[in-house]
Amino acid sequence: MAVWSLLAVNSLSLGGLLFLLSAGFSLIFGLMRIPNLMHGSFFMLGAYLGASLLQRGYNFWFAALAASAAMVVIGGLVERLLLRRLAGQELAQVLLTLGLSFVIADLCLMIWTGDPIQPATPAQLGGGVRTLGMFFPIYRLAIIGIAVAIALGLWVLIDWTRLGAMIRAGVDDAPMARVMGIQVSRLFTAVFCIGAALAAFAGVMGSPFLSVYPGLDADMLPLALIVVILGGAGSLLGALVGSFIIGLLYNFGQAMFPDLAYVILFLPMVLVLILRPQGLLGRVQT
Amino acid sequence: MARSALSLSNVHAYYGDSHVLHGVSLNLGEGRLLGLLGRNGAGKSTCMNVTVGLVQMRGGAIEVFGDSIGKCQPEVMSSRGIALVPQGRRIFRSLTVRENLAVAARKPARDAKAPWNVERVFDMFPRLRERKNQNAGSLSGGEQQMLAIGRAMMTNPRVLLMDEPSEGLAPQIVAEVGRIIARLKGEGLSIILVEQNIKLTLELADDVAIINTGEVVFAGTPAALQADESIIAQHLGVF
Repeated sequence: MAVWSLLAVNSLSLGGLLFLLSAGFSLIFGLMRIPNLMHGSFFMLGAYLGASLLQRGYNFWFAALAASAAMVVIGGLVERLLLRRLAGQELAQVLLTLGLSFVIADLCLMIWTGDPIQPATPAQLGGGVRTLGMFFPIYRLAIIGIAVAIALGLWVLIDWTRLGAMIRAGVDDAPMARVMGIQVSRLFTAVFCIGAALAAFAGVMGSPFLSVYPGLDADMLPLALIVVILGGAGSLLGALVGSFIIGLLYNFGQAMFPDLAYVILFLPMVLVLILRPQGLLGRVQT
Repeated sequence: MARSALSLSNVHAYYGDSHVLHGVSLNLGEGRLLGLLGRNGAGKSTCMNVTVGLVQMRGGAIEVFGDSIGKCQPEVMSSRGIALVPQGRRIFRSLTVRENLAVAARKPARDAKAPWNVERVFDMFPRLRERKNQNAGSLSGGEQQMLAIGRAMMTNPRVLLMDEPSEGLAPQIVAEVGRIIARLKGEGLSIILVEQNIKLTLELADDVAIINTGEVVFAGTPAALQADESIIAQHLGVF
């Protein structure tokens, strides 16, 4: 019983982490139609930057926010200088982002070597709570809380503010939105930067239990892809639901059927692609 | 002669290699309504799309209230006070009615007498107020046309370009759109009305121009056009 509850908390916290990673991926893919295959690189680079700051004795939250800020700059440069020139050319975007992810992976290997780094859990969130005769790590619970708070914030931003409506107008009909005076290009850059920052934030948040190692990017990107395919591209609620489903399947699958862990992960995605290609909560394209 | 609100001089435009505007010159006087007639594919919509920056012109000049515009970018033309009611309405379908209006909102010029806001649009189109929280994609064609007009007005424009606002609408709705256009003109707005509906255009317009295969073939008053039926037959008649 205790094992199952702990597994459930671990699943939910992985789900929270996956949401932070895939929310940006979903917005960039669903709204801007850019298949950003360097999203895992944002996660890993953020985690490495955070780990370096932590090694220098900086506060955990400062490290997480600084890594996110760095990724706003890097993401913004990639979008403005490179992706912008390839608007509408999905194959070229795939090649560019995939190529950049290789470059970033090699740069990380040069700078941080191949040895894994495992930052400590932030002191103020160490330990656990004891309820119902069980022990739950506070840090894991905090990640769930943060993910839900960010999900709410993003939902309010996209669905309930004028800025969010302008982004959606740009997605509906970008040329007409520009004719109405909406600065679509700036808004899309902002969306890309927010996505990159969230991925980096997730990278730092996840580093105490995932650790940071070469190949972390390639481990996380498929998870983000499954989440977005499962939940529906462009849907924040879909990303949230998909993240928690994948978090549960990943942990319970590995605990119960370790040999089939990947089958259990990818099978729902295949089923969704067959039965409901737009994803569980995706909009049908009109 | 009224001050010029918008003028196109010798404008050339291409779609790929196909030359669609062969040196078009048009002049819209301030506070006037210029009706732009012509058959399908004559280049009327292209004139509008060039003016708002959706199609880049290759050669020619555009002036807005005497200021020459270098490169027409949609955001720049909007900030210069040019608004478009596009052909086919092209409202933001997944946004609510209210959101469609809100995203286009722009502060009016300081000298504006009656600035446009969401409430004023709703006063003009009470049907839109009833449906303000509905997705715009679920509106009827007539309601979508009203939303497209309201959305354009939210930018508090000085020049309004209307591209076939009567297209595909029932006759009583066309009459309503006509009354609205007359009302907007009465408020001093300078308007270009692109139409296939000759009768509606001649009722509303102060000046008329006809475009045929990318060239202006007639420019004058509605009376002059009506006096010369051969022009209508030659350039607007159906074969």
